[in-house]
Amino acid sequence: MNTVVCIKQVPDTETLIKIQGAGIVQDGIKWVMNPYDEFAVEEALKKKEELKAGEVTVVSLGPDRAVEAIRTALAMGADTAIHIADAAYAEKADPFATAAALAAAIKGSGKAYDAIFMGKQAIDDDSAQVPVMVAEMLGIPSITMVIKFDVAADKSKATVTREVEGGVAVVEVPLPAVFSAQKGLNEPRYASLPGIMKAKKKPVDVKTAAALGVSDGPKTVVKEMTLPPAREAGKKIAGDDAAAKAKELARILHEDVKIV
Amino acid sequence: MPGTLIYAEVQKGEIKKGSFEVASKAKELGGDVAVCIIGKGAEALAPQLAKFGADKIFVVDGPEFENYVTEAYVQAFAQVAKTVNPSVILASATAQGKDFIPAVAARLGVGAISDSVDLTKAGDKVVAKRPVYAGKAYAMVEAVADPQVIAVRPNSFSVKEIAGAGAVEKVAVSLDASKIKAVVKSIELAQTNEPDQTEAEIIVSGGRGMKGPENFKLLEDLAKLFGPTATTGASRAAVDAGWRGHSYQVGQTGKTVSPNLYIACGISGAIQHLAGMGTSKVIVAINKDAEAPIFQKADYGVVDDLFNVVPALIDEIKKVKG
Ligand SMILES: Cc1cc2nc3c(=O)[nH]c(=O)nc-3n(C[C@H](O)[C@H](O)[C@H](O)COP(=O)(O)OP(=O)(O)OC[C@H]3O[C@@H](n4cnc5c(N)ncnc54)[C@H](O)[C@@H]3O)c2cc1C
Ligand SMILES: Nc1ncnc2c1ncn2[C@@H]1O[C@H](COP(=O)(O)O)[C@@H](O)[C@H]1O
Repeated sequence: MNTVVCIKQVPDTETLIKIQGAGIVQDGIKWVMNPYDEFAVEEALKKKEELKAGEVTVVSLGPDRAVEAIRTALAMGADTAIHIADAAYAEKADPFATAAALAAAIKGSGKAYDAIFMGKQAIDDDSAQVPVMVAEMLGIPSITMVIKFDVAADKSKATVTREVEGGVAVVEVPLPAVFSAQKGLNEPRYASLPGIMKAKKKPVDVKTAAALGVSDGPKTVVKEMTLPPAREAGKKIAGDDAAAKAKELARILHEDVKIV
Repeated sequence: MPGTLIYAEVQKGEIKKGSFEVASKAKELGGDVAVCIIGKGAEALAPQLAKFGADKIFVVDGPEFENYVTEAYVQAFAQVAKTVNPSVILASATAQGKDFIPAVAARLGVGAISDSVDLTKAGDKVVAKRPVYAGKAYAMVEAVADPQVIAVRPNSFSVKEIAGAGAVEKVAVSLDASKIKAVVKSIELAQTNEPDQTEAEIIVSGGRGMKGPENFKLLEDLAKLFGPTATTGASRAAVDAGWRGHSYQVGQTGKTVSPNLYIACGISGAIQHLAGMGTSKVIVAINKDAEAPIFQKADYGVVDDLFNVVPALIDEIKKVKG
């Protein structure tokens, strides 16, 4: 099974965020592969192993440093990569512009694919839009929030379980299609030392947005970034013992919060 | 006047509360408010929307809309959107809304703004405020062109009764069946009368400090005292330990919730947990460790053993309720 996996390099969740203009200060950030994209890479590798054939191509839009995330995916076992290394485009790119670049790279590569795996959301912009938009632009179906993925032996269709409100749904879809990965899909492997060595020799095709013919630009613009108002570190409820504190809390919920 | 077109979502034969929330807000933003409701049996529900400011209600009803399938719903909505030609499209960022909205936007050739928690008007533009970086910052985002497609996190706005003209029009959409490729084989929903965490007004949540699955009964008892809009939640530590199902998980890898009251019991307040509940209106933390980070986010903190506090709290609330 031939698959494409879209991965994004993002700040590690523990990173302290500092605002600068309509963006964040980039220095001092620990960059990692978006955690949901690890599920996407893992699923692609598992399917290749299961069907004992196929190629896994990684695609990422981002500045030069994004190649580190690409190398991680290659070290996990992906075969080749396309890096849309375009800092100027990536910096301004909203989900639409990102999807446009990814779709153009996938189409432009001329590679045949049975499935495209992505993460359910990137933990920097938290937009959860790109997978659906890429599918729209490629004219293929998308299934989001996938927690189980099975493919027919002839690769004609996939049967997947996805999270829906209050439960799960089983959906059957002909391939190719786009799937976005939710936690629970699998346990991503770690890159092995030989994997890391091999990754250094795997091909990474570097492209600019202009070379891919995407120039649309973003459709939404971040005007300003702010930090949430420091929540006044809470009032600690005083009391001699747990019972007294509980009594005071009940009073607060009743009289101040007016919820009881 | 081109105003707002709202997507009203139907679940289990009812219109989602989040759809009423965005309708109430749309009226406030100004202009005409049209609603498009899609689903099998939607026609019977449509009149309810008039109470929440809808001037015009477009109904797409039929057996082919029994289950939500992205392509079918997007085709239907896009047809309605093309006739209404709104300047703004709003939907609630429910599980379904998150799947639907980006597809609608891309189909209409515009961008989308996800999971907004506030909307303000600046000239012709709606400025959406939305949390980014797991809630560590807020972005103020604007669309460059109309329609400005925006999804709104449930519980961000209150439902207000505002009369609208409420004219109902049934729309016959023509679906291109060849494009509708995904087939829903089965749906398994948990049998519960509790609201979904994303919609609940009160959530009593438990973490590793709960010690085991049996103790969640305490939190359920407390939640029940708050009435039918309350439910329980859990941290990832509690879910990973197998004490609660994944559907209870609040946080970056679980649900994003925004209730009026969030009570965290035995939860330390890791950044990934805060990402899921940081926009709650009032946060109460019960934790025996005074240094737990959750206290920096909590409006009210109780430093004590939850196994002493929660049962006492249940008794006290019963007393208050009389
Ligand atoms: C990529 C990623 C995604 C993640 N996504 C999520 C997510 O979606 N949701 C989430 O919750 N976490 C998530 N996490 C995990 C997160 O980092 C924390 O590990 C987790 O939230 C900890 O859960 P906890 O607070 O229940 O447990 P702990 O951190 O172990 O805290 C338990 C707390 O209980 C208190 N306690 C113990 N006994 C008592 C008692 N008797 N009375 C009162 N207090 C008591 C302790 O003082 C302590 O503060 C994620 C992590 C990663 C890396
Ligand atoms: N710049 C990017 N490069 C490659 N893939 C991306 C990029 N941005 C988003 N994606 C993919 O789309 C998913 C959802 O991202 P988002 O819609 O931004 O929340 C991510 O998990 C990735 O799989």
